[in-house]
Amino acid sequence: MTLFYEKKQLVAPGDLLAEGEYVSGDSTYKENEKIYASRLGLVDYEGKRVHVVALKAFYIPGPGDTVIGKVVETTPGGWVIDIKAPHLARLRASDVVERSFKPEITDLPSIFDVGDLIIAKVTDYDRTRDPQLTVREPGLGKIMRGQLVEVTPTKIPRIIGRQGSMVGMIKKETGCQLTIGQNGWILISGRSPEDERLAIMALRKIEQESHTSGLTDRVTEMIRKERKAIENNQK
Amino acid sequence: MKTTKNKTKKEREKMTTKKTQKLIDKKGIRLDGRKLDELRPVKMQVGVLPNADGSAYLEQGRNKILVGVYGPKEAHPRHIARQDRAVIQCRYHMAPFSVDERKSPAPSRRDVELSKVIREALEPAVFLEYYPRTSIQVYIEILQADGGTRCAGITAAALALADAGIPMRDLVVACAAGKADGKIALDLMDTEDKVGDADVPVAFMPNLNAITLLQMDGNLSIDEFETAVNMALEGCKKLYVHQKEALKSKYITVEEAKEE
Repeated sequence: MTLFYEKKQLVAPGDLLAEGEYVSGDSTYKENEKIYASRLGLVDYEGKRVHVVALKAFYIPGPGDTVIGKVVETTPGGWVIDIKAPHLARLRASDVVERSFKPEITDLPSIFDVGDLIIAKVTDYDRTRDPQLTVREPGLGKIMRGQLVEVTPTKIPRIIGRQGSMVGMIKKETGCQLTIGQNGWILISGRSPEDERLAIMALRKIEQESHTSGLTDRVTEMIRKERKAIENNQK
Repeated sequence: MKTTKNKTKKEREKMTTKKTQKLIDKKGIRLDGRKLDELRPVKMQVGVLPNADGSAYLEQGRNKILVGVYGPKEAHPRHIARQDRAVIQCRYHMAPFSVDERKSPAPSRRDVELSKVIREALEPAVFLEYYPRTSIQVYIEILQADGGTRCAGITAAALALADAGIPMRDLVVACAAGKADGKIALDLMDTEDKVGDADVPVAFMPNLNAITLLQMDGNLSIDEFETAVNMALEGCKKLYVHQKEALKSKYITVEEAKEE
């Protein structure tokens, strides 16, 4: 029963993290009672669970996740959506079209065309089948306006913060609407381009300094400072 | 009459014995000033190509190698996809300007073979079974070649895979040892490889203590082979330290910038 690294220490793939009766969590693997890191990231412990917060990873869909995706193809039965996961996702036409759906009558590209961005929810995914999406919930569907920001999916929890404290703060300070896709795409729509720019700056700062503590306060400070600078310029 | 005969015999001997360049001097110093068990100076950098999912740049002596990684993503063409695991598509390619005389940019027989060998050296390190039906693409571009590019390519490719956030059991690191002027030497450069007697490239996963590639080109006795492999493994362990530093340094610079 030994731990070889302290919390928040940086590890690379193959580093031995723990030996003995520990449980291997995210971005780690267990072999012969030993737990190794499988990605570059920061070590964290929670009771007997050892996991690594990866600095970079790709998105693995989970049922219930809200994601932002891009339409890459329309097929007779629906759409194929790129959600930045290892597999392309499917959105069924019968899920979108009201009443009975007839492929020969309904013009699918008029609803979502190739290149459109949509907000959707993952309903089903188990690696043997492609992820299934739905847009039948309020707030989901085609994106009409706003700016899209891309971050590493592992940093999404940090951007949301504890009980949404971080997004809540950004929304309040910049007055922008933020829609966070679990796949690392974030939609920002604000009243003015200035507001949107502030929100993007805040997101970039969080992405860079995600591993540091007291980040919420520093980001708040930064936004207020920038806001003041803009106001001064306008005068 | 007799003397002239002797002379011609000597001359004939001179002509028939393989004319060899002196690769290692009496003190055991090689052409480029290295000792027998010394690596060439290395430089590794990670995340150099923002458009690729993961990337790495490596210099080892006069070798210059750039690697880009994509994936895992949908496998194309569809028939290469496997239902139970991801596939690695690897391309080793030498740039036309990488060698003295222009090399045709079309993949040569050697390029195809090295692509396969490198793919098989990387496969045991990656958790392929986590991402069935997908493919991971590894593009190794040799910008400048000076011997030992397959090993340097593997070392750089492992870095690029780790940079892409693809889960791995361990980093793969590769290094060659060989025989030049009758002596076993580490990390042969181009002349030593071509004029020398043998070359043994080894790819290795240090934390798991597992060899993923072992080749031999030339003639070695069993004892010589063993010393060569052990020497190559020692070289791998030294390179492994550089590899980890390169991976971590990308993050540490961020940390320092924050503290300032």
